[in-house]
Amino acid sequence: MRSSALKHIRTVFAVLMLLLFAFLFIDFRGLLGEKAFAPILYLQFVPSFLKFVIAGVAASTGFIVVLVLTALTGRTYCSFLCPLGILQDGISRVGGLFKRRFRKYGYKKPYTILRYFILVVTAAILAVGGVYVLTILDPYSTFGRFMTYFAQPVVLFINNLLASILGKFDIYTIYRVDIKPYELAVYIVPSAFLLLVGILSFRYGRLYCNTVCPVGTLLGLLSKVSLFRIRFEDEKCTRCGRCAMSCKSSCIDFLNKSVDLSRCVNCFNCIDSCKENGMSYGLVRFKKPAAGEVGTDPSRRSFIAGSLVLLAGGSQLVRAQGTTPAPTKDSTVKEDRLYPVSPPGSAGLESFTSRCTACTLCVNACPTNVLQPSVSEYGFAGIMQPRMDFHSGFCNYDCNRCTDVCPTGAIMPLMIEAKKLTQIGKAVFIKDNCIVHTEKTACGACSEHCPTKACHMVPYEGKLLIPEVRDEICVGCGACEYACPTRPFRSIFVDGNPLHEAAIKPETEEMEAVPSEFPF
Amino acid sequence: MKRRNFLRSSLGAGLAAGTFMSFGRYEQAFAGKRLPAGADYDLIAVMGGEPAAMFDMGIQAMGGMGSFVKKGQKVLVKPNIGWDVVPDKGANTNPALVKRIIEHCYRAGAKEVYVFDNTCDNWIKCYKNSGIEQAVKDAGAKIVPANSESYYQEVSIPNGKKLTKTKVHELVLESDVFINVPVLKHHSSAMMTGALKGMMGVVWDRGYWHRNNLNQCIADYALYPKKPQLNVLDAYNVMMRNGPRGVSVADLSAMKSLMISTDWVAIDAAGAKMMGKEPSSIEHIALAAGMGIGKMDLAAMNIHRMKM
Repeated sequence: MRSSALKHIRTVFAVLMLLLFAFLFIDFRGLLGEKAFAPILYLQFVPSFLKFVIAGVAASTGFIVVLVLTALTGRTYCSFLCPLGILQDGISRVGGLFKRRFRKYGYKKPYTILRYFILVVTAAILAVGGVYVLTILDPYSTFGRFMTYFAQPVVLFINNLLASILGKFDIYTIYRVDIKPYELAVYIVPSAFLLLVGILSFRYGRLYCNTVCPVGTLLGLLSKVSLFRIRFEDEKCTRCGRCAMSCKSSCIDFLNKSVDLSRCVNCFNCIDSCKENGMSYGLVRFKKPAAGEVGTDPSRRSFIAGSLVLLAGGSQLVRAQGTTPAPTKDSTVKEDRLYPVSPPGSAGLESFTSRCTACTLCVNACPTNVLQPSVSEYGFAGIMQPRMDFHSGFCNYDCNRCTDVCPTGAIMPLMIEAKKLTQIGKAVFIKDNCIVHTEKTACGACSEHCPTKACHMVPYEGKLLIPEVRDEICVGCGACEYACPTRPFRSIFVDGNPLHEAAIKPETEEMEAVPSEFPF
Repeated sequence: MKRRNFLRSSLGAGLAAGTFMSFGRYEQAFAGKRLPAGADYDLIAVMGGEPAAMFDMGIQAMGGMGSFVKKGQKVLVKPNIGWDVVPDKGANTNPALVKRIIEHCYRAGAKEVYVFDNTCDNWIKCYKNSGIEQAVKDAGAKIVPANSESYYQEVSIPNGKKLTKTKVHELVLESDVFINVPVLKHHSSAMMTGALKGMMGVVWDRGYWHRNNLNQCIADYALYPKKPQLNVLDAYNVMMRNGPRGVSVADLSAMKSLMISTDWVAIDAAGAKMMGKEPSSIEHIALAAGMGIGKMDLAAMNIHRMKM
């Protein structure tokens, strides 16, 4: 096909995709139903791959679809489906506006060693050490963090401004949502990548995708042998070079009439730019290699095969390796928490931290803000992976939204009745901090909020009541810790269960007779 | 606006007709005229009906809503919407009762009726699952958010012992009439929650109250001049234990009762009695009575008891 319609179709599709993904991460009102997340996220490569390989969800076949798509059509994924790629196209476009004349990319040599080095290191660490490097480099998660850390506060600010104005006119359909920043340390990685991705795309188009992104490099290996590809129409090309100038991947060597298919992201700008119809996209034509042209390289092929095996099989080792973070048994640590608390549906710390790529989708989906990016609670390698932070909120008893949205299998679906009996941690009471003990006045904020009355009030001095915890019915929701008014240290806190346990259903007693007369 | 006008004009016909048909004796509830002298009760107590019908009967005995709401006034109706539970769990005020109170307000000529509560669970889930958001919208009133500190303004509490200043929701300050509609239930901290305790839902920083002698703070807040002109205590399905959130419906006692009073200490004292407790045993009730905020001696009150 030589029609510039290809480019326009790509642009429209990509813009819709970008808006959809931005909405997914910024949707602070929870307008999108839980069931909509899975189909939207199905084709995201890294989450789908992790869910299939590490979480063992056989239905998570999106990454296979992407591999097949790439083998057939080239890196269509990068221009049509990858939100980070599309975002970069947008930034490149803005960058182009700042150039005085027509933005010229031109052919550049690939950073071959660097890109394969990053791919191999990511794969190797995923295989033996865990998901951590992939967490930082996964394009989907990187995009998610951009939205959560940087875009959402801007949207909230505008929302709050609107809410203030409309509030004056008695309109409350738009309501204020307080902007609450996360711990400073979790901004390091997203900020660094915002700079890196921002500068590279602003100036050099898709350089990030073709140098740093491990998904881009991996798909590039396949797109080299794809069935459909961009190619020169030898008889029509006048070697004017417009195609190369319009190529965001800088992968068109027009003098030699060759396209580096490992870097081409199927944006179709070149086809659109060519006045002579000298570029086209279509089925591969086999021709005998000309002198000097590179033929098949058996060692490279075995490398590709080896990498894939390493990726797929090796990551199974993660389970056996045991990546449970070291407990922080330091008694000077406030509230002496031995383990962090991972969200319901994650089954435990190890399974959670070995699957989560810190995309922050659950952080946004959580209606109570209890899910917060961690700093060092899971160990420094687990930075940004969400934990239950009971100083920010508590887990709503009747909610399982996070379990429905997670695309990597770090949080697996949990039916609401099962969730209510899942013990993610246990409340621990510190009598010496408690108002009732120290001030000799009534409190009980913890017990008030407890949905199972695992935290209940028992007689203390005089008429006073003091909290007591029944472990077996505690679900670890953290309502007690959130509500506890003592500072700087709470009088009750939830210590995480390294492996989630089953809570017992609270017993019910019969009610005494209902009064039929007024007792006054 | 169209909706409101429509509601106003149709309320008279629709509601009065409906009420007349189901509870023929109480159609005067909408008449809005004061009852003859001698009807100046300390407390109205109704038992045996559905929440809306009991309110119709009770407010009539109080002289109708017109005694409290004048034409063109802004009214705040403040129910308990603290928890993300369905109406059957009895942790929030009955939505049918809230709806009927709003309808009475509009009938009495209210310009606008507002409803909010500073919830404990996530506010959007509370508003929705309590059934109150829908009830408020059905009645044509406005349900207002209370989830951000920016909705609150600091006020001082004259003569407060522990609570001398607190941030209250702007609607408390802006409204002409304040109707307090708590649900009666057990409470693990304050022992019982009713009209006085319900004020923790109009302030921002509840933690301060908990840290600084909770019961004294509850009583202190009642000194704040912008207090409810009318208190309606929902005792239809009373949570007798595991309050204020409740664990299961087994915690509930179907008392099918409702109380109305302008004295919020008196109404809480009656609530305590309903739950089988002496009013003086509930510390914040005793403190408030001691501070002269209201009466808790039920024997000395002019109580109008009604059964349906």
